[in-house]
Amino acid sequence: MSPAPSATGPVQGRGPQPVEGHGAGNPGQPSSTLTWSSRRLLDAILRVREVGIVAVLVVFVAVATSVQPRFIDPQNIKFVFSNAIIYALLALGETVVVLSRNVDLSVGSVLGLSAYLSSDLFSQVHHIPIVAVFLAGLAIGLACGAVNGAVVAVARVPSLVVTLATLYIYRAIDVLIVGGGMVVASTLPGAFLSIPTSSLGPIPYLAIAVAGTVAVGAYVLASFRPGRELYAIGSNPDAARLAGIPMGKRIFWSFVVSGGIAGLAGVLWAATYGTIDSTAGLNYELTVVAAVVVGGVNIFGGSGTVVGAALGALLLATINQALYVLGISSFWDPAIDGALIVLAISLDHWITLRLTRALRKGAVQHAT
Amino acid sequence: MTGFGTMQPVLSLEEVSKSFGAVRALEDASLELYRGEAHALVGENGAGKSTLVKVLAGVYRPDEGRLLVEGREEVFATPASARDAGIAVIYQEPTLFPDLSVAENVFMGRQPLRSGRRVDKAAMRRRVEDVLGPLGVKLDPDRVARGLSIADQQIVEIAKALTLDARVIVMDEPTAALSAYEVERLFGVVETLRNRGAAVLFISHRLEEVFGICQRVTVMRDGRRVLSQPLAGLSSDDLVRAMVGRELEGRSSHQGAEGGKTVLSVERLTREGVFTDISFEVRSGEIVALAGLVGAGRSEVVRAVFGIDRYDAGRVLVAGKALRKGSPSIAMAAGVGLVPEDRRLQGLVMELSIASNVGLASLGRLARFRLLRRAVEQRFAGEWSARLRLKYGRLSDPVSTLSGGNQQKVVLAKWLSREPRLLIVDEPTRGIDIATKAEVHRLLVELARSGVAVLVVSSETPEVLRVADRVLVMREGRLVAELGHEEATEHAIVAAATGQREVAA
Ligand SMILES: Nc1ncnc2c1ncn2[C@@H]1O[C@H](COP(=O)(O)OP(=O)(O)OP(=O)(O)O)[C@@H](O)[C@H]1O
Ligand SMILES: [Mg+2]
Repeated sequence: MSPAPSATGPVQGRGPQPVEGHGAGNPGQPSSTLTWSSRRLLDAILRVREVGIVAVLVVFVAVATSVQPRFIDPQNIKFVFSNAIIYALLALGETVVVLSRNVDLSVGSVLGLSAYLSSDLFSQVHHIPIVAVFLAGLAIGLACGAVNGAVVAVARVPSLVVTLATLYIYRAIDVLIVGGGMVVASTLPGAFLSIPTSSLGPIPYLAIAVAGTVAVGAYVLASFRPGRELYAIGSNPDAARLAGIPMGKRIFWSFVVSGGIAGLAGVLWAATYGTIDSTAGLNYELTVVAAVVVGGVNIFGGSGTVVGAALGALLLATINQALYVLGISSFWDPAIDGALIVLAISLDHWITLRLTRALRKGAVQHAT
Repeated sequence: MTGFGTMQPVLSLEEVSKSFGAVRALEDASLELYRGEAHALVGENGAGKSTLVKVLAGVYRPDEGRLLVEGREEVFATPASARDAGIAVIYQEPTLFPDLSVAENVFMGRQPLRSGRRVDKAAMRRRVEDVLGPLGVKLDPDRVARGLSIADQQIVEIAKALTLDARVIVMDEPTAALSAYEVERLFGVVETLRNRGAAVLFISHRLEEVFGICQRVTVMRDGRRVLSQPLAGLSSDDLVRAMVGRELEGRSSHQGAEGGKTVLSVERLTREGVFTDISFEVRSGEIVALAGLVGAGRSEVVRAVFGIDRYDAGRVLVAGKALRKGSPSIAMAAGVGLVPEDRRLQGLVMELSIASNVGLASLGRLARFRLLRRAVEQRFAGEWSARLRLKYGRLSDPVSTLSGGNQQKVVLAKWLSREPRLLIVDEPTRGIDIATKAEVHRLLVELARSGVAVLVVSSETPEVLRVADRVLVMREGRLVAELGHEEATEHAIVAAATGQREVAA
């Protein structure tokens, strides 16, 4: 999670495990088929991850519905989506950060700050256009993200430490500003409040918009240099430096993106819940990190997709809502998020081990 | 190849110095590289070779001195600026991204773009295939780098250099982990590069390689250049003398020893598809060498014996007692030590100090003095560092600051100092300079004479001949020959390893 431990050799830890001399295999076998099949295996596992989440989701919904048919009421589905939208957005930003072997724990606090300050504008400035409120939320998020990014990239403090500090600092600022007060729905324009609720059947337009955003994010990370370089930095920071990647710049901007998205998510949060006090977004970082990890993004960077992370967010939102519908106290939510993190990381570790072994076998044949 | 004097060097370093704290890694070092030459850079471990490479690569900024490209002074602020100036570097440690595809590894930071500044994946794949094809390498460009063999990792690094169309290609000990066949292939690449007019800087501790492909040589000692001239007319003794700064004592071959009680017996050990039906014994006081080509399954056998890898059938007995399989800690408790092949990965804790790393395996022995631990550790490490001619700043420095070869020495020290009953050493002198090689050999022999059973895996036949009392030869996962001290000749070993002649085991 911390940036490049410079004292560590590049092949330490998660680096490529050299397998010199592992080559008593049958040299008669054509190497190409093996490398191809190992690649198929990799593809399969990566695809399985996203397919796997969808499968778990379906099973979960089925079970929850059979216990409590109310679970698939359109109203309930809308609830799931409105939560998932916010988590998925935050997970998108978080993924950008985590890919480079960093973490942003301040997203919940940034969301809270932005939710209050932006929605409060409606009573401060008469007839302020809704777009301006969104831009304000975005700006707040970008500023918070820039602070995180600058300290991590320039002062080279591990992001875990920096964002743990700003998690508290941003929340403290929020509490100072809000005090005992709150923004209530009656001060917010109807058009603003209807943003999350207008829907196409049970699916809110916003969900479609967020899905589109995630798709764009996935495309950018897959097809543009800065995106690829984030993967490279997370995969092997020492090698990334040697490849001439501007690491500080990339990491700085990844935090800015995460902050900006959290800022936007804050405005949406305000529109969704209508009542905003200083606890908005409290503990969200846990759910978001869980969503990212459950979605198959390696917590040590280098691999994973935003699509997986968004699906992870959908899964967590569904689980949380199901617990609510089934009458289980929300007290258990964090425990379940935590358990899922452990489960997902163990699964990742196991997959990586299996994969490395499988890929080595391919390489062995090749080496002879 | 003596007419270089009149040409302008593509790249030159003039009196470059670089210090790390108190360690002067480079002192007024100079180097000139000319178009179309393969230039050898040799020197003992810690002489400053890799540091010089990193200065060329823009990783380190020199404290003093100038760097000229085609006669113009340049300052490389980052590795990217060195790359843009046409300098490609294959580092001593592989620098791959395990999660990314081979093609992405090759082009990271400089991917070809198509419309809208999007990465052109098809072009990337095509260009990788274009450079790998002529090398006769079948490596799927879309495969992830995770799990590639060292040789294939090297191929990816070479592909980087080739697609860069570099005018200077630096190879820092590229052959250390390659088999003879792969070294041949690499030499072919060097030849091609030379013919294209590129300059190749080639670093190796194997002088026969240097004489095989290079035209000129620069020798470094203690951060300084001591010699720079055409190789024609030089002998390897001349180079060694320049490197070491003194005459090396003659190579004394030891007498074969008989060996006492059986310490290790391996009975019909089999791991499907890797090695089959391996049986042998190692007695106390003798050195047994496991020879064969890279890939014959030797490392796998010793790893299975030590419990790192599993095996499907057979038994391993230490001093008559069967060893549970798959447990290195039980093997260690039974008095077995293993110096692994890839030491950086398996042998060192990079962030810990040199002293702690040396002491690591002997913790039990040193811990008797609890309070005095640190002092004892220091003295102990000091002793071993001197024996292995370790080059370091302070014993309290992290191991990661040592040169590649010196890191190898620390791993050796760690295990030699542990005084095991059975010591298994996989490639004992890989990456270690000539002067220390002799010392390592002497230490192994000394250890054996003190009653330790020693099992050595080595791909270097001269090394096998120098230390072994008995030689076991493996080929394609099977033991194909056992040669006594008298029978073991270069010819016999190579013949058995390559299958030209079978000798009953
Ligand atoms: N980052 C660093 N910090 C401190 N000392 C260093 C660092 N890098 C290198 N050194 C020291 O500089 C000296 C030269 O190291 P260098 O890696 O250049 O040696 P080398 O000639 O490449 O040796 P080898 O053949 O073992 O690879 C060594 O004494 C080493 O300990
Ligand atoms: Mg070196």
